[in-house]
Amino acid sequence: MNTTEYKWITPFNIIAGIILAFGVVATVMRFGFGLSAVTNLDDNNPWGIWISFDLLCGVALAAGGYVTTSAIYLFGYKKYQAAVRPALLTAFLGYAFVVVALHFDVGRPWRLPYPLFVSQGPTSVLFEIGLCVFLYLTVLFIEFTPAAFEWLGMKKARNIVHKATIALTIMGVVLSTMHQSSLGALYLIVPSKVHPLWYSDYLPVFFFVSSTVAGLSMVIFEGSISHKFIHEKMSDEYLGIHDTFVFSFARAASFVLLAYFVIKVIGVAADNNWHYLATGYGSWFLVEMLGFVLLPCMLYGIAAREKNMALAKWTSLLAVLGIVVNRFNVSLVAFNYKLDSADRYFPSFWEIVVSVFVVTLLILTFRWISRRMAIFSEHPDFQGDH
Amino acid sequence: MLRRTFLGLLGATAAGLAAGKPAAAAANTHFGGYPDAKGVLFDGTRCIGCRKCEGKCNEVNELKAPEKPFDDLTVLDEKRRTNQYAYTVVNKYEVEGAGSVFRKIQCNHCMEPACASACFVSAFKKEPSGAVSYNESVCVGCRYCMVACPFYVPAYSYDDPITPKVIKCTLCDPLIASGKRTIPGCVEACPKEALVYGKRDELLKIANERIHRNPDRYVDHIYGETEMGGTNWLYLSGVPFDEIGLDTHLGTTPAPKFTKGALGAVAMVVGIWPVLLGGIYGVTKVTRNEATKARMDAVADAIATTKAEDAATLKSAMDKAAADKAATVEREVKKALAEAAKAQEAAEGEEG
Repeated sequence: MNTTEYKWITPFNIIAGIILAFGVVATVMRFGFGLSAVTNLDDNNPWGIWISFDLLCGVALAAGGYVTTSAIYLFGYKKYQAAVRPALLTAFLGYAFVVVALHFDVGRPWRLPYPLFVSQGPTSVLFEIGLCVFLYLTVLFIEFTPAAFEWLGMKKARNIVHKATIALTIMGVVLSTMHQSSLGALYLIVPSKVHPLWYSDYLPVFFFVSSTVAGLSMVIFEGSISHKFIHEKMSDEYLGIHDTFVFSFARAASFVLLAYFVIKVIGVAADNNWHYLATGYGSWFLVEMLGFVLLPCMLYGIAAREKNMALAKWTSLLAVLGIVVNRFNVSLVAFNYKLDSADRYFPSFWEIVVSVFVVTLLILTFRWISRRMAIFSEHPDFQGDH
Repeated sequence: MLRRTFLGLLGATAAGLAAGKPAAAAANTHFGGYPDAKGVLFDGTRCIGCRKCEGKCNEVNELKAPEKPFDDLTVLDEKRRTNQYAYTVVNKYEVEGAGSVFRKIQCNHCMEPACASACFVSAFKKEPSGAVSYNESVCVGCRYCMVACPFYVPAYSYDDPITPKVIKCTLCDPLIASGKRTIPGCVEACPKEALVYGKRDELLKIANERIHRNPDRYVDHIYGETEMGGTNWLYLSGVPFDEIGLDTHLGTTPAPKFTKGALGAVAMVVGIWPVLLGGIYGVTKVTRNEATKARMDAVADAIATTKAEDAATLKSAMDKAAADKAATVEREVKKALAEAAKAQEAAEGEEG
């Protein structure tokens, strides 16, 4: 590896260093003095951006794992094989850091294994999510191990895992379907607290379908970022398929967004919520539906048809933002809508620091691994072995 | 192994769903509450906002004393909610035509509690005594109970880094069970008998009787009789309930019912997805294999055809060559024979 001439003082590293320093301070405050020392959480607003962003957005944006593996292994897009590992690594790290972030949020993080091993609460949607995320994190880890085994030169172990690819992929999709939808189902229990435009019996379906959009978009978005910064590590095979791969995913995302738009309209119709569209919340709902669902749907379609790479990449950013907007809307904007504005929640500086800190840790880990293991390329010993 | 563990746990989920909630045991049954479950009836027409219930609650539960003493009624000027130092608070509402009206709030001890349904470690439990209990020793502190509670009741000790916990009214159940008390502290402290402790069934009778005897004094509704499937804390009021801060749009569906369908659907995914996805995989594989086979066949065909054509061309060339050769030989032979005949003729002529 060409690590001899590695430059430590780069703008990226300086910014990352500053964020890490702030993150360490926030961590000390959080675990030294309690949640109230760093958060704006209170008795009316028990969940803030560590749930809205780190958990809800984090899990949705890590959907690239199941979306990519199922497209390639199950739906016959085998020629895009080279795109599997970056997507799997993103997904695995995404979930791993969701769990890291949860350690900040829950009151007694050392008890996080309790729902699985000490006292089960099977009537809880959160129990189902915890179980699925735990199992899926394990599946993702196993799916990712071939890259690590190759790096470590453990051929036998690598080949054993390789044989289980299809079974692991199917388990991944099953578990993802379950917990992606259940994140939406978390809010089913509070019809009185979530604004009717965002509350629906279909919340689980909305969350699952939009997670597919998030997965497809994140793969495109993350690919274009990696293209810029880890280009030298990318094989000709990866670079060769990259463009057609992006357009396939863009087209798929366009169709799924259309389906998502339709079922969201059905959601409004099913509860006869049309009259809310004329209110302030209604305007914001329309911004979400038109600007972050219908617009990326059309732009993706145009990008795929005209083979416009720049448009596809910018649209992926818009679609990712759309998912973030939706999760924030359900969990923060529409949540507690009946309370006085003085009783509503807004994140504190330190809450934002922790969220940025966790994302920075994820990016640094991703960079570290992708520079060492065969992520954007094939390991020389295993070429052509799919 | 992993799959087996997973399915095992899932089976546990399904079994838990079936066994855990009486209301969920059959499709069309209704859980009417434990038969001897107790509760409290609050009568808003009798409450004078003296805060004696708050003071007694603080005392019997050994909570931290507030900055302002309980006989300071200026605290009623702002709207308060329960918090980690107060299991219960009394709020004052200015209602047109009725003046100042007071309403006490605390855990309503739902018959089918949202918190218990939402808790992923089963820290909350609906006790046969009527109380909803909380077990701190398993609580992770996810605070989903607080999200789930439609009454905004559970509070959290956010400032405790080591042992933070959820805090809410216990209905003095542990104190009553251990014989230290006979009725909840707040009920004992009330000087106006605005609070009555007893079996929920009997409280409903008392409440109905009060409404029946004084129809002008009361709104004809017992808040908590059906709200969210019914609560063990019941409210009577002389003014509309939404004017004393009680949400009148909660409906009568118990909280667990809202998530039951989604949790049930999840189990279906486990059964159907693997077959569906495996099928799609199989179909794409067959399609791909057939395509590959067709391609290979076509290639083989092409090769065979070319080979045959080549052979034919070669053969015809060879035949032609052979024919040419034969013709040449014949011609040469004829030529030689002719020459020989000529030579013979010449020789005969010379002789003759």
